[in-house]
Amino acid sequence: MTAGIALTDVTVRYGDVVALERATLAVGAGRVCGLVGTNGSGKSTLLKALLGLVRPDGGTVTVAGGSPQAARRRALVAYVPQAEQVDVAFPLDVRGVVEQGRYGHLGPTRRLRPADRDAVEQALARVGLTDLAHRTVVALSGGQRKRAFVARALAQEASVLLLDEPFAGVDRPSQDTISGVLRELADGGACVVVATHDLAGLPELADEAALLAGRRVLVHDTPAVVLRPETLALTFGLGGER
Amino acid sequence: MTGVDLLEPLQYAFMQRALLVAVVAAVVCALLSCWLVLMGWSLMGDAVSHSVLPGVVLAYVVGAPFALGAVVFGVGAVALIGVVRGRGRIREDAAIGVVFTSLFALGLVLVSITPSQVDLGHIVFGNLLGVAAADVLQVLVVGAVVVAALLLKRRDLVLVAFDPTHAHAVGLSPRRLEALLLGLLALTSVVALQAVGVVLVVALLVIPGATARLLTERFSRMLVVAPAISALCALGGVWSSYFLDTASGPSIVVALGIVFAVTFLLAPRHGVLPQVWRRRRARRGGGTGTGAGAVRARARAAPAGRDGPRPRG
Ligand SMILES: Nc1ncnc2c1ncn2[C@@H]1O[C@H](COP(=O)(O)OP(=O)(O)OP(=O)(O)O)[C@@H](O)[C@H]1O
Ligand SMILES: [Mg+2]
Repeated sequence: MTAGIALTDVTVRYGDVVALERATLAVGAGRVCGLVGTNGSGKSTLLKALLGLVRPDGGTVTVAGGSPQAARRRALVAYVPQAEQVDVAFPLDVRGVVEQGRYGHLGPTRRLRPADRDAVEQALARVGLTDLAHRTVVALSGGQRKRAFVARALAQEASVLLLDEPFAGVDRPSQDTISGVLRELADGGACVVVATHDLAGLPELADEAALLAGRRVLVHDTPAVVLRPETLALTFGLGGER
Repeated sequence: MTGVDLLEPLQYAFMQRALLVAVVAAVVCALLSCWLVLMGWSLMGDAVSHSVLPGVVLAYVVGAPFALGAVVFGVGAVALIGVVRGRGRIREDAAIGVVFTSLFALGLVLVSITPSQVDLGHIVFGNLLGVAAADVLQVLVVGAVVVAALLLKRRDLVLVAFDPTHAHAVGLSPRRLEALLLGLLALTSVVALQAVGVVLVVALLVIPGATARLLTERFSRMLVVAPAISALCALGGVWSSYFLDTASGPSIVVALGIVFAVTFLLAPRHGVLPQVWRRRRARRGGGTGTGAGAVRARARAAPAGRDGPRPRG
């Protein structure tokens, strides 16, 4: 597989805690994969391994056909963080945040060219934030904030998108906007991996789903299969918080 | 006040040098302070500015540039803090406290055994009026380097302060950018040391950024507001110290403190008093609408009264 993402037998430890143990998952280009599992099942950790934020103790990670580091260097992988990992009180407006999506494509001083500005405006329009682009991040609602970070990922024009619970605390219209954007991106050839607790929205959102339990990817199949009661029942036997 | 010639201080070369060094130090520190206050690094500013002291003294002894000694010890202090904290058990504030007080004390000991005209009082509280021409040159060169680096790299430095994970994702190195900021902090300490002394450097590194944060919601504007306030306070402080015969470095810091206090009370949006006024006006307006929208609508409808600045709509 040249594009998309792949993890093979990946083990990640935080000190004594084993978060993932020989986890294996491959998602191709043009696909949206939903990552589901109980709290603490390792969804965020898996995304962090793809991003190179945690170093696996074993196994191999491939992103967009190369190492996570190579993908980052070419700004091929975009990440939308879980809830409030960022300092929302920071004095920046929405447009400024979305412009940061372009930084990987720019020179050392990150001066935006006209083409970059176009990409920023398009990304803002696609998530419906054009009218709020001058607002500071702190003056947005939770759902609008999520859309701002999705717009930043859009502006990056990455081939791999990793989203950590983009629907948490988001209302229906915002959720539909975000799902629609992800679908379009996948149709355009991107590989999209979304960690989510929204099981009901999964069939509509994703082409495939991966269920994390017992520190690994227990089932990787269509959303319909993963959502079967007998499949979900497995997680309560094996997963759970540690 | 008729007998006072306000331009009198400018007749003296030592006052010209003092004003120049004070303003340059104020501007450089103010730019840096915009990042320090947003990253929660104020204490780090305090630590680095104290820790450079042994480096400066050793540089003096061997005849090397002060900036070199300062950077070696400033960066060394940050590394040490990282090592002490990295072992677990000891939290960052304690690690900072241990490292910087130890290095500062080492610097004081070195000063006391250095046979020379290095005056402890000058290092600790600054010696603005005794700045030599060579010192002015050093302050200008180091200041220019720091300002250029901050402005050229400002977007990366903002990103790493705001969202280091995204910085990492687009191929930047948050660690390297943080190291850059700390290196610039060490260099800046040398500049500020000349103006206000080791003990008060942290004031120049925190107050302008904190004041600007109260006045604007845009980082790009903070980068203008903070140096402007800081430069005015430097001028005001040195000027008043001439006429009132007070210590010049501390006078600058007192001026900054006063400006911060006034801003804290009166800043249009975040100030304490305008908030009270807006709330009271909303209540006096009575009716059912007490939400923020109603407050703003009423504030816009009413002409700006004598009792306070008009909130920005
Ligand atoms: N920085 C850390 N240090 C130590 N343990 C951690 C750290 N981050 C996560 N863990 C542990 O690793 C395991 C997996 O965590 P992870 O955050 O990947 O789960 P998750 O599936 O994203 O959970 P949630 O649904 O709550 O977001 C958990 O047991 C968690 O406690
Ligand atoms: Mg998570």
